[in-house]
Amino acid sequence: MQPLSSRSKIVSNKTMSWSERLYIPAILAGLKVTLHHLFKKKVTVSYPEQTRPHSKFYRGRHVLKRDDQGRENCTACGLCAIACPAEAITMVAEERQKGEETLYREEKYAAEYNINMLRCIFCGLCEEACPKDAIYLTDTISTSGYNRDTFLYTKDMLLEGALPETRIDIQARRKGQREGAM
Amino acid sequence: MPKVTIDDISLEVPLGTTILQAARMIGQNVPPAMCYYSKLEGSGGKCRTCLVQVVAGSYKDPRPMPKLVASCRTTVMDGMEVRNTTSSEVQEARKGVTEFLLANHPLDCPVCDQAGECKLQDLSYEHGLSKSRYEFKRREFDRIDIGDKIQLHMNRCILCYRCTQVAEQLTPERVHGVLHRGEHSEISTMIEKAIDNDFSGNMIDVCPVGALTDKTFRFKSRVWFTKPVFAHRNCPGCEGKVTLWYQGSEVLRVTSRKDKWGEAESFICNSCRFDHKKTEDWVIEGPAKIDSHSVISQNHMKFELPVIQPLLTTENEQTA
Repeated sequence: MQPLSSRSKIVSNKTMSWSERLYIPAILAGLKVTLHHLFKKKVTVSYPEQTRPHSKFYRGRHVLKRDDQGRENCTACGLCAIACPAEAITMVAEERQKGEETLYREEKYAAEYNINMLRCIFCGLCEEACPKDAIYLTDTISTSGYNRDTFLYTKDMLLEGALPETRIDIQARRKGQREGAM
Repeated sequence: MPKVTIDDISLEVPLGTTILQAARMIGQNVPPAMCYYSKLEGSGGKCRTCLVQVVAGSYKDPRPMPKLVASCRTTVMDGMEVRNTTSSEVQEARKGVTEFLLANHPLDCPVCDQAGECKLQDLSYEHGLSKSRYEFKRREFDRIDIGDKIQLHMNRCILCYRCTQVAEQLTPERVHGVLHRGEHSEISTMIEKAIDNDFSGNMIDVCPVGALTDKTFRFKSRVWFTKPVFAHRNCPGCEGKVTLWYQGSEVLRVTSRKDKWGEAESFICNSCRFDHKKTEDWVIEGPAKIDSHSVISQNHMKFELPVIQPLLTTENEQTA
């Protein structure tokens, strides 16, 4: 039979010599490798105090956008959920009542909007599918956690604030996409 | 029997068959139909999406017809030759018709409950422009409740008249029709009078767009998140053969069974449609057959793959 690779070694049951059975040369060789690594430059950074530089249109944590008048853009059309290859997004729609016109842009809105961040693969297909300019991925790195529950992001965690200073700017990402498309 | 050729495929059909019906018998290159409904008498001839080109009238008179004809209203003649997908003129005309149908359409698909099973969506996907050229204000109406179970969004209506034909033909007395003319025409129940008839719910099924929708299903889910399942029950009012649309273990809505052309196989009564929304009420037959191109089949149903027939050897190969 042909070997699958050239890396296979022929194992022999050869008995070790006296000097090999001492093991000291082998231990010293191992320690040399360890010492060598001790003086090498560190490959890790102490996150979250330090962060690595990343692209302006890095695909991180999601945001649900509002329009100029502070109304929620999302109409719970479900296109992000069906575009999602990991099936991370779920939502419950509700009808806008009279008097809520300042809160929601269209007659239907998402009463619940959940993203399971353990499932999310940050591919950005939800953003591409959205017909209402509502969901975007930001360059914020998604936080880690100790419990699985902390990764179930609800609508109040995802939605940006209505006040101008609490808005999340995604212009760089939008621009980057446009340049990337061209 | 007259012989008709549609896009170079010939078929002998019974006398009095329309071009559209003949195309459906062939099963491919079928013109789209927004207003024609084979179960409703006198339907068709309004939307003009089924326009085809007749290049030869018949054996006796092989002259072409001067204009494109509505295939749902034109009966075949012996030796008629029709072009549908092979005619660029037809495709161009259909594009124009689609643009006109969409001229007053609000394009609120993300909100509309019909999205995913809407004939106008399919049509505009295939023949529409990606951008609207319409600059004027689209006509706007208030939502109307027809009874407590049906909602009418006149904004989305394309005036196919199917629902008024249901009212005329399925129910003993006519309860709704179309008011006004032209741009101003609108479906009405004669000043919002409730329809109490037991078969009124069928106007939801015959509506090709989202103008008539089930109020009990309003904004509950999206069509593609629900699982269609065939079921039946012993109903005193109708045949009782329906499609149940499940989300999880909950039946969100009940509709009639749709055939290959999106038409109801049999009309169902309001009691089946609105009052029996529990699994216990029904005998489940199995998953509904959904076209594999439909968004409804996107992530739920597994389908058997069609058996591929070995390619027929062409005549040239046989002689060679």
